[in-house]
Order: sequence, then C-alpha cells, then structure tokens
Amino acid sequence: MNSFTTNLGALWTGMPFLINGLLFSIALTLGAATGGVILGTLIACMRLSGRRLLVGFAFGYVTLFRCVPLLLVIFWFYFLMPLVIQWLTGARFPVPIGPVYSAFITFTIFEAAYYSEIIRAGIQSVARGQVEAAQALRLSQVDTYRYIILPQAIRRMLPVLLTQTIVLFQDSSLVYVLALPDFFSVASRLGQLSGETTFFYLFVALVFFLICYSLSRAVRRLGRAQP
Amino acid sequence: MLDFSFLLEPATLGVGQSNLDLMLAGWVNTLRAFAGAMFLALAIGVPLGVIRSLPGGGWASRLVAAYVEIFRNIPLLIQLFLWFFVVPELVPERLGWWLKRELPQPEYWNLVFALGIFMSARVVELTRAGIGSLGKGQSEAATALGLGTADTYRFVLLPQALRIVMPPLTTEFANCLKASSIGLTVGYIEITQRAREISEQTFRTFEIFAVATLGYFLTIAVIVLLLQVLEHALRIPGTRMGVSQ
Repeated sequence: MNSFTTNLGALWTGMPFLINGLLFSIALTLGAATGGVILGTLIACMRLSGRRLLVGFAFGYVTLFRCVPLLLVIFWFYFLMPLVIQWLTGARFPVPIGPVYSAFITFTIFEAAYYSEIIRAGIQSVARGQVEAAQALRLSQVDTYRYIILPQAIRRMLPVLLTQTIVLFQDSSLVYVLALPDFFSVASRLGQLSGETTFFYLFVALVFFLICYSLSRAVRRLGRAQP
Repeated sequence: MLDFSFLLEPATLGVGQSNLDLMLAGWVNTLRAFAGAMFLALAIGVPLGVIRSLPGGGWASRLVAAYVEIFRNIPLLIQLFLWFFVVPELVPERLGWWLKRELPQPEYWNLVFALGIFMSARVVELTRAGIGSLGKGQSEAATALGLGTADTYRFVLLPQALRIVMPPLTTEFANCLKASSIGLTVGYIEITQRAREISEQTFRTFEIFAVATLGYFLTIAVIVLLLQVLEHALRIPGTRMGVSQ
C-alpha cells in the first residue's frame, strides 16, 4: 500500500466514475426489485390460485431458480435472451441486447422467485377468520384482497421484502462477470489502473458495508415498530 | 436442435478427456469447495452462536455481533477479493509472501476461507435463534439440576437447538453449494466455469448450461434428502421437532 495521500489522490481522480458506478448499482437494484416484486406477486397469486396448472408452474419456477446459482443464471440469460428475442420477433439472427438489459432482466426474473415466496408467506400469514369474515360481509374476491388481505399482508412482509432487496443490492456486484460499469467493477478497474488495488477494494467494501448496515438497521427498526 | 453427443467427444482443453469428464471434474471441485466451506462455517459458527446466546451479553457477545454484521453486509464477491488480494498485503510480510507464493491451491483455499467465513455469520444467527427459541424453562431446569453453564449447553440446550435449526440449516447448505460458483472470479475451475469454457470451445451453450443446471439441481436435491434423513434419524422419540413440548 502506498502512502495515504497517493491513495486519496487516486480516489479523487476516480470519484466521478465511482459515483456513476454506485448509481448504476442502485438503479439495477431498484429496477430489478420493482420488476421482481410485480412478477413475484403474480407468481405468488398463481401459487395460491388453487388451479393445478398455475400452481405447478409457480412451484416449478420457484424451485428452479432457488436451485441454481445466480452466476449461472446471469450466464444463461446473457446467452439465451438474444435467441428468445429472435424467436419472439421472427428476426433472422439472434438479437443482441447488450449486458445492461440482460442484467436487468436476469435480476428481475431471478429475484421474482425469492420475492414470490416472501409474498406468499405474507398472504398466508393473514388469519383465515379474516377471509371468512370478508366473505360473510359479501366482499368479492378482489375486494377481499384489496381491503382485507393485502393491507395486513404487506405490513407483515415489508421488512422481509426490504431485507431481500439489501441482499439483491449486494448480489448486484456479481454483474462484474459481464464487465458492467457497476460500483465494484469500476473500483476494481480504478485499482488496477492506479496500482492501488488494496486501497480501492477496501474502499468499496467499506462503502457497501456502511450502506447495507445502515439499511438493515433501519429495516430492523421498522420490523420492531409493527404491532 | 439439441445434441448432447459432444459430451462424449474428446475435449479441446483436456488431454485424453471427454467434455463430460471435464464437467465431472468441475462438479467435484464444486463439491470440494462446498464441503470445505460448510465445515469451516459450522466449526466457527456454532461456537460463536453459543457465545452470542450467553445470558448477560458482555463484550464477547458484542464482538460476535460485530463479526456477524461485517460478514453479512459486504457482498461475498468483495469478501473473496479481500481475502485473495488485500489480506496478503496487510499481514506481516513473511506471511503475505507465503499466502501469495507458497500456499498450495491458492484459489481453492481462498474460496473455502471466504465462503466459510461468510456462511459462518449465518450459522451464528441460526444457532442463536435456535437456542433462543427454547425458552428459559430449559436452562432453569438445568440449573436446578445442578448443571453448570458448559454442561447446560452441552447436554440440554445445544442438542435441542441444533435439531430445531436443521430445516433452515438445510437451506444454508444449498446456499453454500450455489455460492461456491463465485470461485470462478478468482480462477477456481468449478462446474459453472467448466460449462463456460466448454461452451466457448464447442458452441453448445444451451446443452452445456443445461447440464450444469441439472448438476446443481440434483446435487441440492441429494443434499436436502440426506439432511432430511439425518433430521429424522436424530429425532428424539416422543418429541416434536426434536424438542420436548
């Protein structure tokens, strides 16, 4: 490790790139979390629908993605997406979509499996009596979900959903293997260019720690604040 | 169309080996990393979990809490790079030299260490939660029988707590197996990396990724099954979840 002033100099020069990298990681996390929760809700509803085909599909989806490492899924989609789009649009050649879109789609589809399990558990945690009372009041199925089940379920699952999103933020560093400009990859590149690898790896670890630690503490407080 | 015959053809990479042989070697490497890391995680995590659960808290418990927070809040990829590239620079020069130049199979040992410590933080929390779920009555009864703290843990709390945490621990075993794929970033040739290499050599990307996926799927299925068998075998007769009600 060189002197601390050289380190700070390299950090100062690299700061714009680091900030952009961090923003990319955050955008990837928020984008995939939004998409993942929407898709996850759909899958959770399929799982709870009671229709054999839908239940089977949802179960298969969740089991498959929970048994495969995210890294392998990243490679799968990077390779597969161009072929799928070719097939969907009827193009003559595979349509390259680039690593950025590929990463967004991968994380959305992968995280949906995890989110759907959290959402399912949240919905199932609402006591049966609540649903029966709603039926006794002649609420429709949609209204039962809207006014009775979801308001209670969302409060209960919110801390777990947020914790999963912190995990997603950490996992977003794996796009390193696609050479994307995320926070860790940028820091790693800067370290190699300036010869200050040690310093940049420590710096990126510290930033990740501070962000994830304060977020997880906030989530814990949120969880405790609930009735 | 799908064609798996390339699996049995001689590989471009290995001498006298087929592509399937290379995949199997990668799978063995995945298992080796998994076994080493999980052993380390349990060996570190359970004792630290006990310390974390000791009544009264104290500085040791707070130290373990800090340990858990550190290794839970830094992405695994970065932890691996810290062990691999940063730690040798920070330790005394002689040890750093040994880590960089003389350590046999540096990719393997760095992966096992990084993954093991990462997983150990989760094992700490599981152990603590398991002991915490037992309720005060168990340790009070042990005290009433004249057992000291060590004996209370050894004969009363841990045997029950470890049985309780078997199901979530099974999930962590699967997580550890999956997370070992991260080794490819430091050049450890496990099954995902083998699949990438063979896909580049043969352009049979779909087929070889399917083989790797199936490999993970079956391995996790076997691990889960074995742990469930173990859970049943260890169950104390006449109890639910291995705990007296």
